[in-house]
Amino acid sequence: MKKLINKPEDVVLEELKGIEKAHPDLVKIHYAPDYIIRADAPVKGKVALISGGGSGHEPMHGGFVGMGMLDAACPGAVFTSPTPDQMLEATKAVDGGAGVLHIVKNYTGDVMNFQMAADMAKEEGIDVEAVVVDDDVAVKDSLWTAGRRGVGLTVLMEKLVGAAAEEKRPLKEIANLARKINGQGRSMGMALTSCTTPSAGKPTFDLPEDEMEIGVGIHGEPGRTRTKLQTADQITETLMKAIVDDLPFMSGDKVLLFVNGMGGTPLIELYIVYRKAVEIAEKAGLKVVRNLIGPYITSLEMAGTSITLLKMDDDLIKLWDAPVKTAGMRWGI
Amino acid sequence: MAVTRDEVISWIKAYGQVITENKDYLTDLDSAIGDADHGANMHRGFLAVLAKLPAVEDKDIGTIFKTVGMALISTVGGAAGPLYGTFFIQAGTKLNGKMDLTLADWTAALDAGITGVVNIGKANVGDKTMVDALTPAIQALNGATGQELSMSDALKKSAKAAEEGMKGTIPLLAHKGRASYLGERSIGHQDPGATSSFLLLDTAANVWVNN
Repeated sequence: MKKLINKPEDVVLEELKGIEKAHPDLVKIHYAPDYIIRADAPVKGKVALISGGGSGHEPMHGGFVGMGMLDAACPGAVFTSPTPDQMLEATKAVDGGAGVLHIVKNYTGDVMNFQMAADMAKEEGIDVEAVVVDDDVAVKDSLWTAGRRGVGLTVLMEKLVGAAAEEKRPLKEIANLARKINGQGRSMGMALTSCTTPSAGKPTFDLPEDEMEIGVGIHGEPGRTRTKLQTADQITETLMKAIVDDLPFMSGDKVLLFVNGMGGTPLIELYIVYRKAVEIAEKAGLKVVRNLIGPYITSLEMAGTSITLLKMDDDLIKLWDAPVKTAGMRWGI
Repeated sequence: MAVTRDEVISWIKAYGQVITENKDYLTDLDSAIGDADHGANMHRGFLAVLAKLPAVEDKDIGTIFKTVGMALISTVGGAAGPLYGTFFIQAGTKLNGKMDLTLADWTAALDAGITGVVNIGKANVGDKTMVDALTPAIQALNGATGQELSMSDALKKSAKAAEEGMKGTIPLLAHKGRASYLGERSIGHQDPGATSSFLLLDTAANVWVNN
């Protein structure tokens, strides 16, 4: 294992110390339990947004705390859901009296821990709603799986719902907006390499030089199929076909196209994928009205990409364009 | 003979040691079908448990179980934190005020713990989870109650049943947790959660051998 770390067990703590020193204008860090909150939290009269999950997906979620996005993020150990006490303390710290929305990616551990935290927060009299993101078309949604994973759409939801919260929309409306976004967005990812968690010290799966994994999640968990390596255009076609086939998309729909890097893939390659993805979207009659390209929801140093398509409307376009000021996403200010 | 409170504490400490020894093994099992963190997470959790134990060593067994559960919930994360945490907390509800454990006490506690795990995890036998090790173990204990078995013999039977349940997860298709994303590719691998659950009951049988 070659990593820029000191000790595996100190990775998350030392990352938080770095964020604290880098962005005192944006965030405050609380330790034991660990959470990151907006520097100006709690914002009175605004619904507070909290997300969280395992570390190793940076900039998500800690890099999205700030004006126009999240009020708090709870980082777990690498690829491990955070614990209910972190979420509960973060919930209490950011509640500005208008209630709190938990944005939860659909993984067994994340859902269980957030559920426990929400139950405890409600007992303390805080109005909490939770929205589960499950946009990964690589997973069959059936009674026989844990359901679809929450992947790229999470980033878009945090931005859009964050903007709606800044407008002081009420909690119920914000929760319904988040559910609407989840209903009309889909993603799929692929890996060219595995990744190595600091505590395991070796790659989570072996992937030969000439093979790739289609349908990976964001934790180095193997995907559904493994095939020989293909060109960027062929890979983009595979991902886009799975997404477009699954989505309730109609010819003429406006979409946001998000090409995400998994951590180890350079922008030069992501733009090659984007170019082909736009071509395929247009051929399907979709109108790409907004885009996002770059590593926003990563899987440590994994090489690969994921594509997310979200159906847009005038409200969502307005929310997307609204100002945001976080370490990981910043415009309109 | 009943298991004393000190023996309960010895079991928890011994399990912490077993987790340390099997940390890489559990993580390897999890690499194959999950996300390669089960060993590290359980290790972190039981380090926290061992740090909390001295404060409750003179309390009743129910309090000790609940302290273990809370420590796991607040340090393990993932699915294992809520599942093992709930197991200890729910088992502890049957042990309030008790200073020793009879076979009937242990059976009732284990039953409550497993019910708690099933309620939050919503897994059934055959889903390739820790339930596949725990359920045969409680069935073996229930079967032993009528047979006038000594506690140590009953514990051995339940550990053996858990081991068979654990091995029985190898050919199963995962229906819960991250392993379920693999579909058919989850077949042929032993479930890491069933393994850590077997180790818990196996440690009880080994530590409480003189009862």
